[in-house]
Amino acid sequence: MTLTISPPATPETPLTEPRRPLRRTGFSVRRTLAYLLLGLLSVAVLVPFAWMVSSSLKLDADVFSVPVRWIPAEFHWQNFTSIWSRIPLLTYLRNSVFLSLTITALQVLTGSFAAYGFAKVRFPGRDALFLAYIATIAVPWQAYMVPQYVIMQKAGLVNTHLSLILLQAFSAFGVFLMRQYYLTIPDELSEAARLDGLSEYGIWARIILPLSKPALASLALLTFVNTWNDYMGPFIYLTDNNLWTIQLGLRSFVGLYDAEYAMIMTGSVLSVLPILVIFLLGQKYFVQGIATSGMK
Amino acid sequence: MTTPVSAPASGPASGLASGPGPAAAAAPRRVRRRSRTWVGWSFILPNFLGFAALTLVPVIASLVLSFLDWDSYSTPRWVGLANFERMIHNDTFWTALENTAYYAVGHVPLTLCAALGFAVLLNQKLKAVQFFRTALFFPYITSLVAVAVVWNMLLSPDMGPVNQFLRAVGIDHPPGWTTSTTWAMPAVIVASVWRDLGYYMILYLAGLQTIPAELYEAAEVDGASGWQRFRHITLPSLRPTTFFVLIMLTISSFKVFDLIQVMTEGGPGRATLVLSQVIYREGIVQGRFGYSSAVSMVLFVIVLTITMVQFRLQRRSER
Repeated sequence: MTLTISPPATPETPLTEPRRPLRRTGFSVRRTLAYLLLGLLSVAVLVPFAWMVSSSLKLDADVFSVPVRWIPAEFHWQNFTSIWSRIPLLTYLRNSVFLSLTITALQVLTGSFAAYGFAKVRFPGRDALFLAYIATIAVPWQAYMVPQYVIMQKAGLVNTHLSLILLQAFSAFGVFLMRQYYLTIPDELSEAARLDGLSEYGIWARIILPLSKPALASLALLTFVNTWNDYMGPFIYLTDNNLWTIQLGLRSFVGLYDAEYAMIMTGSVLSVLPILVIFLLGQKYFVQGIATSGMK
Repeated sequence: MTTPVSAPASGPASGLASGPGPAAAAAPRRVRRRSRTWVGWSFILPNFLGFAALTLVPVIASLVLSFLDWDSYSTPRWVGLANFERMIHNDTFWTALENTAYYAVGHVPLTLCAALGFAVLLNQKLKAVQFFRTALFFPYITSLVAVAVVWNMLLSPDMGPVNQFLRAVGIDHPPGWTTSTTWAMPAVIVASVWRDLGYYMILYLAGLQTIPAELYEAAEVDGASGWQRFRHITLPSLRPTTFFVLIMLTISSFKVFDLIQVMTEGGPGRATLVLSQVIYREGIVQGRFGYSSAVSMVLFVIVLTITMVQFRLQRRSER
């Protein structure tokens, strides 16, 4: 299930290698206890997933059995083939993929571009502007959701994918995360390149971008997952069924067929699967991205 | 490289196109500063246009809107504090405010303790740390819709696995969870702690990495017990992380929407109705832009106040 992580080429130490040398005492009570505790707690945390997967392979009538059966008596794989015809799942998935990819690309591109201006170019008013960015991170989105909606309504963009793309592609968080990372890149590098006659855009494209691959990957992954999982945005802006994302589709399926437990779980598994794959592939960057956002 | 600047070993100092560009130092100062400003702005502009139009302007507009009487079909009219007066006399608002506070009071300390506990456990030199970390983090990236649906099934009153388990251990009448006005909020809090702890655990793990091993070694030499080491080294060293985690958790608690919307829709009755749902219902469903913005100002002021108080407390503790 897990990936081995090679130490990244970043100044930070990877989070996987605790730096505490413990005395080698062979068998220690404390470590055994730690293992036991962790094992138990991890199992507890994974129970809902086990339930989800196991229910998705049962018949509706067998989902709530007394006593609970964690391993289905027989595996009903046909749930995974029949769901596509029950709801327009393919359309939902396509919309989710399209929105997540577009928003992620824009976010990473404009975010890293802006972060360079904030981190490496000194000009008057820069810090005040950055403060405005940071301040909005602390404002709950709900506090300006309504004016946003009014703007979108006046622009005639409600019930289009474009509304969500515009709303989510220019978040302050992306700029903040990239700037945090750029500050760890020594200024001597850009100075040297300047003396060599490289323009600022050249420095960004040829020096800073290649150096910040880990941070770009972190931001891309975090943005992709957030967009994929977002419920409130699509819920507010998308009314047409053919524009819906997988989250809205899943929710409406629950509302329409609330007794088809197995099918609901099948849909849930399918909505989580892409994220699981992406997460397992890019776990290192997730962890780094989150750790970077917590840096001073 | 034309200049003897020592670039750090980590950087790809080679492979630069060293064109014979005009050395910037030769330009007169004023011109250079002006062009720097322009260059700086040009980097920020693409992102800033979207950010200004759809975040900055709405944030400011929200403040203005809260003093207006404006429905989606009427013309806006300045009414001063009338929206706020209406709010004070509206019990739905008070219920939602209480529920939001209740949720935060449950969610924040529970998530913080769980995240810290797991991080400390994972920071031991154990094999399979990888696996545990993945397992504990996975709920955080699972969509809230799926989380809510699964938890609702797990907690279903008669046949759900949770209540079957409770009956098995001798609790004859387990609560109906999301169908009970008393137990719906605890159920939501449990699901939310389960979901969020992995994220904050990673922040704590990052914090634990920065504690010098020498501190622990010295304490061990002095014969400090495990608990004493945790109490006098780990906790104080993690103070900045704890502060960051507290702020993030508080902000996210007051913003809670998705999980509750999908798990209980604010019900049963108004038992789990929170402020963000009131803002959504009033503003976007009913089109009462002014009133809804007034509620969102309250939400904003609460979050701001709590953040400020936490900042103050942190400063005092650092002295």
